[in-house]
Amino acid sequence: MASSMSGPFGNSGPGPLWTGGPAPGQFYNFPGNASIPSNGAAQKTLSPVVMGTSVLAFQFNGGVVIAADMLGSYGSLARFRDCPRLFKVNDSTIIGAAGDYADFQYLTNIIQQHVIDEECLNDGFGYTPKSLHCWLTRVLYNRRSQFNPLWNTYIVVGVEDEKPFLGYVDKIGMAYEAPSLACGFGAYMALPIIRETMEKKPDMNQEEALALIDRCMKLLYYRDARSLNKYQVAVVTKDGVDLRGPIKSQPNWEIAHMIKKKNTGVRMNVVPYDQTVNRV
Amino acid sequence: MMSVPNMMSNPLSDYQAPNQVSFSPYEFNGGTILAVAGEDYALIATDTRLSQGFSIHSRDSPKTYPLSNGSVLGCCGFHGDVLTLTKVLGARLQIFEKEHNKPMPTPSVAAMLSTILYYRRFFPYYTHNIVAGLDEEGKGCVYSFDPVGSYEREVFRAKGSASAMLQPLLDNQIGGKNQQSYKVVPIPLKKCVSMVKDVFTSAAERDIYTGDNILISIITKDGVKSEQFPLRRD
Amino acid sequence: MFRNQYDNDVTVWSPQGRIHQLEYAMEAVKQGSACVGLKSKTHAILVALKRAPSELSAHQKKILPIDDHVAVSIAGLTADARLLCNFMRNECLNSRWGWNKPLPVSRLVSMIGSKSQIPTQRYGRRPFGVGLLVAGYDSQGPHIYQTCPSANYYDCKAMAIGARSQSARTYLEKHLDVFLDCSLDELVKHGLRALRDTLPTEVDLTQKNCSIGIAAKDTKFAILDDDAVAPYLALIEGEERSSRAPQEESAAPMEAEEEGGAQPEPVPADPQSVDDTMDQ
Repeated sequence: MASSMSGPFGNSGPGPLWTGGPAPGQFYNFPGNASIPSNGAAQKTLSPVVMGTSVLAFQFNGGVVIAADMLGSYGSLARFRDCPRLFKVNDSTIIGAAGDYADFQYLTNIIQQHVIDEECLNDGFGYTPKSLHCWLTRVLYNRRSQFNPLWNTYIVVGVEDEKPFLGYVDKIGMAYEAPSLACGFGAYMALPIIRETMEKKPDMNQEEALALIDRCMKLLYYRDARSLNKYQVAVVTKDGVDLRGPIKSQPNWEIAHMIKKKNTGVRMNVVPYDQTVNRV
Repeated sequence: MMSVPNMMSNPLSDYQAPNQVSFSPYEFNGGTILAVAGEDYALIATDTRLSQGFSIHSRDSPKTYPLSNGSVLGCCGFHGDVLTLTKVLGARLQIFEKEHNKPMPTPSVAAMLSTILYYRRFFPYYTHNIVAGLDEEGKGCVYSFDPVGSYEREVFRAKGSASAMLQPLLDNQIGGKNQQSYKVVPIPLKKCVSMVKDVFTSAAERDIYTGDNILISIITKDGVKSEQFPLRRD
Repeated sequence: MFRNQYDNDVTVWSPQGRIHQLEYAMEAVKQGSACVGLKSKTHAILVALKRAPSELSAHQKKILPIDDHVAVSIAGLTADARLLCNFMRNECLNSRWGWNKPLPVSRLVSMIGSKSQIPTQRYGRRPFGVGLLVAGYDSQGPHIYQTCPSANYYDCKAMAIGARSQSARTYLEKHLDVFLDCSLDELVKHGLRALRDTLPTEVDLTQKNCSIGIAAKDTKFAILDDDAVAPYLALIEGEERSSRAPQEESAAPMEAEEEGGAQPEPVPADPQSVDDTMDQ
């Protein structure tokens, strides 16, 4: 089925429309026969299509800040450039999501409906960051147990009982709370910077926190090929949620320009790619 | 994360076929637990690191869970299963408590946990479990489990990522295994605590999935007391 | 021994617009032993009178724990209460499972309302023969609710149900203003005095026949029995009882009516019941 994908855009596209099922006109072939893939897990799983990348979040003195860029990537194609990946649940809770954008939209619709239902009860109770985080954990764990995961990593932030809350849940229901969180590439590149800054400055104020977010988002834009320099940021304090954006960070590509000059000026010996890899 | 195709064997593999993203319902999140049954106490210790691959998710995530009956469950492996299993167990204990008007005895908790684990025999909870508490006579007891519910009562047991480093040490120091004329006596609490700190420090040296802190919980007839001890954080 | 021709089923109205089966169910509550519930700003408590069906048997439990933050005290058919109790426990566990939060007492009670409404409107069904006093503590503070077989429920400042509970209600109404600022000890004293007023003069509250339930912030709902109630009983020992309120409420109204003389005209009028149970 893989070979059916070849075209002008190469093979890193979205994949064929119909996978994992029978060829048209034929019947489903349930486990026991050749359809079981070699990696052990049954591939009833949907594969992600339009993807979002990193989400960053950390706490500062008096609140929490969370940010995500607005790119929806279609394979390596920067397909949608205006995808909000932060969702305001109520005046004390925000969630941010990485991974499949459709799954995110599906789940936010459900959450939105829940919020409306609870509002209708009018009994003064509603989602809190902790309860939403717990609920997401259950939903994602159940879906992974049915081998039909929601292909997302969620970061839930908010303020509960005047204390900041940050919770992480991934597509297999692995969840935890921590003072700083990141997913996607941000976990490798931005999180160490955030952790270091928080250790040096445990009492960051809101401006410092936003400056750190901007620095990290810029860094991710430089290095993560699936990111965009247009992002949203939300600040949650005990006074409520402030969702801002889109913010365009101004990157500086001067160095890249120099690299390009060097490459075009002194032409390097071009070696076919497959020959270079073997000399580690 | 997406699984990365093996670039060495086929350098252009990711250009020849659409990215095949495979789904695995399990992940290993590391963590080590260790329990010792004393004469009138039970001790259970855990590190507080939660990791995945080469990333550390959290440095403050102990893998011991106090149960409502006064015993403590140690549970590590895939953290998603850990969260679910501890929730199931908590709910079952609450049902028992409300129906019977008393907390469930530790040996019964162990028997129940075994059936809960075996219920998922063909899609197991990927968790290593230890239950530590006091038995009906007030003696320390430790029950260790495999992921699908086989269990036995033991005097000491290490589970999790560094278990292979801790267990031999315990065999030697508490069990007196294969040592001639060694008389096995129940280990006094003070000695036990300092030994636990030592073995965890050694494990943190070599195991990247063990570190940050140890949380030691000591269960006596007066309740559960906890203390923390720092480990290396890299 | 038919009371009239409109009481064969809950689906039958009487020409006066009443549903006799429901009123009979409400009578069942009045046969159960008395329970008192009241609350201050910080606590909600239940005080209940336990009965032993015979000399040979133990005293029947009257306060049943539901969750760590809520419990109920029952009057009426114990077996029906057990069913409702299991239902409530289940709902509370579900809330902790899905949201990691204790179920708000108001929502729990509205669930009982919805559940017990069903057999009040279906052919061939029997309404629950039990009334509950629900005491709990949630993020909005302490609560006392009363539920009825008619599927009505009421948010109460203080309430008493069960046999001869009118005397307790009279006491509670008289002292209603002081409850809110009471200490726990004071509150229990009021509860015990109210409960004692339901007793005939020759009977007194003892460790054996009395149990106390206490809901408070961040503590497990405490149910005190036997020796544990002794210190509270000591607080009101030797106190003069309130002057007995006139016993306008009789234990068995149906019999009372027969004593009244001839059966009323069979059709179309249906007799006035002794008290207006529906609007209680």
